[in-house]
Formats: sequence, C-alpha cells, structure tokens
Amino acid sequence: MLLFLLLIKIVALTFCVVLPLVPVSVYFERRFCAVIQDRVGPNRVGIPLTLFGFKKDCGILGIGGLIQPIADGIKLFLKEDFTPNHVRKAFYWLAPALTVAPALITACVIPFGTPITLFGHTEKLVIADLDIGPLFIFAIASITVYGITIAGWSSNSKFPFMGGVRSTAQMISYEIALGLSIIPVLLYFGDLNLSHIVQQQADHGWLLLPLWGHDASHPLTEKLLFWFPAAIAFLIFTVSIFAETNRMPFDFPECETELVGGYHTEYSSMKFAMFFMGEYAAMVIGSALVVTVFLGGWSLGFGTDSWISNLSLGGFGYGGLIHLAIFIAKVVAFILFFILVRWTIPRFRYDQLMKLGWVIFFEAALVNVFLAALIVAAPHLQGTIISLGALLLLIVTAAIIWVAQVSEAKPNNLRA
Amino acid sequence: MAVIKIQRPKLRFGEKIYLTALCKGFFLTLRHAVKSLMGKSMGAKDLASSGLGVTMQYPEQNWDAQLPAYYRGAPALVTDEQGRERCVACQLCEFICPPKAIKITPGEIPSADPWAKVEKRPAAFAIDMIRCIYCGMCEEVCPEQAIFLRKDYVILGTSRKEMVHDKQKLYAIGGVRTGLVNKWNELK
Ligand code: SF4
Ligand code: SF4
Repeated sequence: MLLFLLLIKIVALTFCVVLPLVPVSVYFERRFCAVIQDRVGPNRVGIPLTLFGFKKDCGILGIGGLIQPIADGIKLFLKEDFTPNHVRKAFYWLAPALTVAPALITACVIPFGTPITLFGHTEKLVIADLDIGPLFIFAIASITVYGITIAGWSSNSKFPFMGGVRSTAQMISYEIALGLSIIPVLLYFGDLNLSHIVQQQADHGWLLLPLWGHDASHPLTEKLLFWFPAAIAFLIFTVSIFAETNRMPFDFPECETELVGGYHTEYSSMKFAMFFMGEYAAMVIGSALVVTVFLGGWSLGFGTDSWISNLSLGGFGYGGLIHLAIFIAKVVAFILFFILVRWTIPRFRYDQLMKLGWVIFFEAALVNVFLAALIVAAPHLQGTIISLGALLLLIVTAAIIWVAQVSEAKPNNLRA
Repeated sequence: MAVIKIQRPKLRFGEKIYLTALCKGFFLTLRHAVKSLMGKSMGAKDLASSGLGVTMQYPEQNWDAQLPAYYRGAPALVTDEQGRERCVACQLCEFICPPKAIKITPGEIPSADPWAKVEKRPAAFAIDMIRCIYCGMCEEVCPEQAIFLRKDYVILGTSRKEMVHDKQKLYAIGGVRTGLVNKWNELK
C-alpha cells in the first residue's frame, strides 16, 4: 500500500508536474523570445480535430500553438536516429540519459506543497523528504556534467569535444560558488530539509521578503539585517544556476557561433531531444530550487498559508493543491525570468566567465558566509566581539578585493 | 597616417559592477516586448503587421497589395491581342534556365494557319516549379516577349507531377498581354 502510494506520488509529481513544465517552458521560450524580437512565434498548432471529422480545429484556451511542443516531440521521434560511424558507441548512447535522468531525480526533494489529506490519510507533497535536500540536489545535479562531457568526448569530433571540455570547466567552477552561496541560508534556517525551510519561510516571512510572522525568536531587525547576505546569496546562487544549466549568458558548451552545436553536434532525433529536455528540466529544477530556498516555495505569504493548508472539503484537505499551484506559478514566473535574461544579455567571453566564477563569485560567496554567520550569531554575542568580528571581516574583504585587483593589473607594455 | 591609439572608455563604478546595466537591459527588453504585444513595434504600420510584432500572418493576411511592380513570381507564357501564342519555340529560355526547369518540344505551324509564316510554336512547354528559382532569366532572354514572371507565388501541389506547369497552365497564368512589339503583323 505504502509502496503504491509512493509510486503514485513519483509518477504524479515527476511526470505530471515537472515533465510537463519542460514543454511549457519551451513554448514560453519560443513565444516570449518571438515577442521580444517583434515576431509572433508558434501560434498555430492546435488539436487537429478536423482529422477526426470535427468542423473546426481547436486550440487550448483559445490560444493556438500550445500544442507546438508536442508537435516538436513527434517530429523528433520520427526523425532518423543517426549514429555516426566514428563515435564511441557505448558512451555515445549513455550520454543523453545521463543528462536527463539527474535533472529529473533532483525533483524528488523539492517540496511541492503542504500535505494533502484524503480519506483520513495525509500525504506530503514531496517524493523523498530527505534531511539533506540541497546537498542531495548538488550531488545528483553534478552528474549532469558527466552527460555533457561524455557526449563531447564520445562524439569523437572536435567541436563537440571542445563543448564538452568547456562545460566541464564551467560547471565545476560554478558548483563551488553554488554550494558556498547557499551556506548562509542553511546557517540561517539551521536545517537542511527543504520542507522545513519552506515551512519556516511560510511562518516567518520569505528569505527575501521577511515582512510577517515576527516573534521573539524571529525579530524583525534580525530578519531585515539578514536580508543583505540573503540578497547576495540569491544573486550568486541565481547566476550560478544559469551557469550550471548552461543558459544564455553562459551557454558555452553549445554556442552556435563558435562550436556549431556544441556537445550535441553529432546527435539527432530523440537523443538530441533528450539533451534538449535535460537542459530545460535542469532549468525547471533550478528555478524550483531558487523559489524554494529564497522565494518561499509553495507559500503565498503574509500569514495566509496556515489558513490555506487547513482548507478542506468533506475530509479532502485540498489546501496542498492550492499550494502546489502557487509553487508552479512561482516556478513559471522564474522560468520567464530565465528567458528574459537569455534574450537580453549577450554571451560572455570564456575567460570572463572563468574570472567571474573564480575571482568574484567564489570570494564573494566566501565573505558572505562569514557575514551571515556574524549576523546569525550576533544576538548571542557581546558587543565587543561583534565589532571585532565585523572589523576582521572588513579587513579580509578589503584584502580579497585588493588581491583580486592586483591579479587583474595588466603587465606594462614594454614598447609603450 | 599616424597610428591613433584609442583609449577604452573609463567606466564608472556603477558601470563596472554591471548590475545596473543588467537591470536597465531587462527593462529595455520588457518594454520592447510590451510594445510588440500591443502591435506598436517600430515599423509595424508600414509592414501592415497583424498587431503582434511586425509580422503579417499569412493565410489570413497576405501582402498582395504590397507586392512591388518588379516582383518575380511564377514564369508564364502569354498571348497577345491577336490571340497568337507568342512563343516561337526558339528554346533560348530552355538553354538559359540555370536549374534546367524548362522543357520545350517545338512543333510546326501548319501552312493553313494564318500565322504560318512564324513557322514554329511549342508543341509542349513545361516548367517544373520545383526546380524554378524565379531568377527571371527566361523573361530576359526571350526574343519574342513571350514569357513573363507574374506575381503568382502560391504554387501548390501534392505530387511532383502537379508541380510541373504544362503549356495550358502556363497560358492560363500568363493570360493576354497587350502593348507588346508585334513583329509578325501582316503589315510588316
Ligand atoms: S525564372 Fe529562371 S529558373 Fe524559373 S524558368 Fe525562368 S529561367 Fe528557369
Ligand atoms: S518563351 Fe521565348 S525564349 Fe522561350 S522558347 Fe518561347 S520564344 Fe523562345
């Protein structure tokens, strides 16, 4: 019985919530970028009811084009799955799976909403309520690197190889900033369980909007003070997520202008589609993580959450579903932000990317950890120790900035 | 000329930190998107847009009214005001056609015909519209002003065979064209 319930939960949350978000984000990507570029985008594909003898074709919600991703999928399915002669077959076949699977596995620790009650049985809206949520996500997500690297290497031709190498360097570099930037948040919540983190945000204000639920252990001043390290962490985390998912300002593994198609140049048909899906699934999970950690996850905020989660209709506690909807809305909003960024910011140069990762974000995240620690510990310390700590932090920060600047100084041009 | 060294512009702190520029960029893109959604993109009026971006949405709208006079559509044969088919089957167009889209079978004009002195006309004339690249060479090379590129651009077919325009179809598209040089008239 329990296993069955778990299976239902896995299927429902992964295949009915996360996976559909992938085509939805592809559709949004195409429409939104079209609008930004003064075009229309895919607006025609509807359900071809005329094929079944109906009078008119029908678009969902009166919007044409919503079926476009399905049409794309069918197209990719029906294409010839071509395996070039020169590839290393086993790895060539393994790589696409290695990019999709981790992205979908990470979905299991994301809390999608408050528990649902049905027939007296309460079920949490999270597949695996692990106590090491973020760590689990980082651990699994870094397997994606293997997918891309192996794809690049096994394709056995130069452009995919370069794409693979680039992505290895990029993702490893940014994983450090990613991991470090979230430490202040974990310090603040004192918990690694994502469900608890969201519950705390629902009760005491989102990390970036701490405006309600003040009490003795969560005074407003402390929350507002923590807003600064939280904002820095948010910034670093978001940018690192962009780099991790190979999205536009950092899409080096596959930049068309330099590397043809990047690591998936040699792939076609469904194998290519799996890379494509993996990329968008990573984007969905990335936004879900940002929303969960920084923007309150499923909570609506302003103290309405306990009321919503207690909503019930004849023994059916449907509050969790409302929270699920709120969560999805937030994730979609963040995906739209992803898209906006993609069509606004031009690609970085490769050395700029590395510099940003190693010289700026790594240091900033490190300093941020200590800043957050100081703020979290401040209520329990004496004034002198606090000021001493602040002074130390200031000196360290100044030293880091100085070192960064010195290392950046251009050597004198001898010929002047 | 002496070498001019150009100094890179000195950036202010706000510009160096990149964030403000980013936010500005987001708003710029968003403003553009909103404008495009309301059909107020630059040039939307001149391009007769559908109200979304600058795009004219094809089956409902078409640009026939905007077609320029020099538009090169489907090549077609014409007859003149005397009802004579102007092509004399000289096959110059067949030779010049870069993708070899034209196939002509010349035929004799019987001596009973009032235009017997023209001697030749095409027995069959076919243009493969899958091959045609609308270059207009045939129109240019024709010594008889017999073939013209018309403004038709919707050329549809469900098989390769349907996409080959035969003589009948070519005359149907071309129609009658007046005011051309008539070098085969009785008077001359
Ligand atoms: S337009 Fe060009 S390609 Fe087409 S039939 Fe004439 S010569 Fe050939
Ligand atoms: S269309 Fe013109 S060029 Fe072509 S065969 Fe006829 S007369 Fe000659």
